[in-house]
Amino acid sequence: MNDGQSTFLDAFRLLASGNSELWNIVLLSLQVTGGAVLIATLIGLPLGAILAFKRFRGRNAILILLSALMGLPPVVVGLLVYLALSNVGPLGVLGLLYTPSAMVIAQTILVLPIIAALSRQVVEDYAAEYHEQLAIMGLSTWASIRTLIFEARHSLLVVLLAGFGRAIAEVGAVMIVGGNIAHLTRTMTTAIALETSRGNLALALGLGVVLITLSVIINAVLMAVRRSETRLSYI
Amino acid sequence: MQPLDGDRHALERQVLPIVAEGTTFVGTEGQRLLDQVDLTIAGSGILVVMGPNGAGKSLLLRILTGLVPITHGKISWAGQSSLVGNVRRIGFVFQKPVMFRRTVMENMTFVLRQFGLSKDDAQHRAERALIDADLHHLSDAPARRLSGGEQQRVAIARARVIDPEILFLDEPTAHLDPASTAIIEKMILDAKARGTRIIHVTHDLGQAKRLADDIVFLHLGKLVEHGNAETFFAGPKSKAAQAFVAGDLVI
Ligand SMILES: Nc1ncnc2c1ncn2[C@@H]1O[C@H](COP(=O)(O)OP(=O)(O)O)[C@@H](O)[C@H]1O
Ligand SMILES: [Mg+2]
Repeated sequence: MNDGQSTFLDAFRLLASGNSELWNIVLLSLQVTGGAVLIATLIGLPLGAILAFKRFRGRNAILILLSALMGLPPVVVGLLVYLALSNVGPLGVLGLLYTPSAMVIAQTILVLPIIAALSRQVVEDYAAEYHEQLAIMGLSTWASIRTLIFEARHSLLVVLLAGFGRAIAEVGAVMIVGGNIAHLTRTMTTAIALETSRGNLALALGLGVVLITLSVIINAVLMAVRRSETRLSYI
Repeated sequence: MQPLDGDRHALERQVLPIVAEGTTFVGTEGQRLLDQVDLTIAGSGILVVMGPNGAGKSLLLRILTGLVPITHGKISWAGQSSLVGNVRRIGFVFQKPVMFRRTVMENMTFVLRQFGLSKDDAQHRAERALIDADLHHLSDAPARRLSGGEQQRVAIARARVIDPEILFLDEPTAHLDPASTAIIEKMILDAKARGTRIIHVTHDLGQAKRLADDIVFLHLGKLVEHGNAETFFAGPKSKAAQAFVAGDLVI
């Protein structure tokens, strides 16, 4: 028990001391996950909105595929990206393996189906509400989709949160393609795994506290935004 | 309200006349929800579409605006078999107002911006329209926070702000109190006075008498009567319309 308590104290001492190694790890995690969520959003949000708005052949197949991909095990994604980026892989010449870029790629693949599938669900309600109004105005498909995404903007925050949550907490994929190299590809989750196995519990716990705190803060901020917008009936 | 741009005549030929011939819409179970409807919409004034619930009034409006494709027959807009392009001067007001999740002013300017107006022009035009509709004090309110009556007034002002050739209204006062209904009827008459062709669905007999220049009576998907409003109310020819005007329950 005593051990556990002093580990906690050590963890906070470490955080308070502004340990630069620790904060670099935090920063890299945010950059990798932020980049992945950004790219996945740029692709997944319009994709989800098209699936919500348009009826076309093969749409159902895509929907089924997307929900299947939502549950992809991160280690499998990591393995596939590893194979693609390794020296003998098709993208080996890019030399991306064991770089933050590789980690962004892996997390993008993990998060994209979530953002696309959830966006589709969210936007579908808005499409039902607005499609006749948009058709009367003679809006093109793209203009309609842009409008629907804008109308759904506050509901879509939750979708981004889900994607962010999945990526920031993920360890398997970034471990495999990033290699958990100190000062280069070490993220909060891979560091926690490593420090725990080394018996460096204070550092591991400190990182765990930061990880949870960050998640809580980001969720709280976005939920506050959402609540104020709900009050204004924008949702 | 001024036309959106100078060439009013070119614009006028975009939608009207709407000519429907033998227009039929068959439902998924083979029911003829609209059956051989012939209707030409040109000229001016208010055409009121009446008929009991389920007669096909809303469906007829959706077909006349190209929202729903027909099963058999022909329909044309200004001689074209489809409505294309994104500058359509058609206004449509739904029974339940469709408000964008923006302020009242932004609801207005959004529509105008789709019609290619600059930010400043859209702002100016929207402001004038809101003043005309006595809604200016609500400009900055989020549209969906307004009362049902206010939302419907915004919907009508928004439909009119593009200077539509034709304005369709599908039971716009069905859920509203008499005060809101009176304001909205005034807006509709004002649109008529400015030359907008109006197609108005209602099953409120009093409202039909107050607004209609012409009447279409639908029953079970068939257009059973079409003519001058005074003549219609003086003596409807069909049994269904007679019963409807007499206040009996028509199914
Ligand atoms: N787009 C559509 N596709 C299939 N059926 C429809 C469509 N629109 C309306 N209907 C059906 O047509 C019938 C007439 O409906 P409607 O036009 O809404 O009647 P109302 O005269 O009360 O407005 C109803 O049975 C309705 O379910
Ligand atoms: Mg109806």
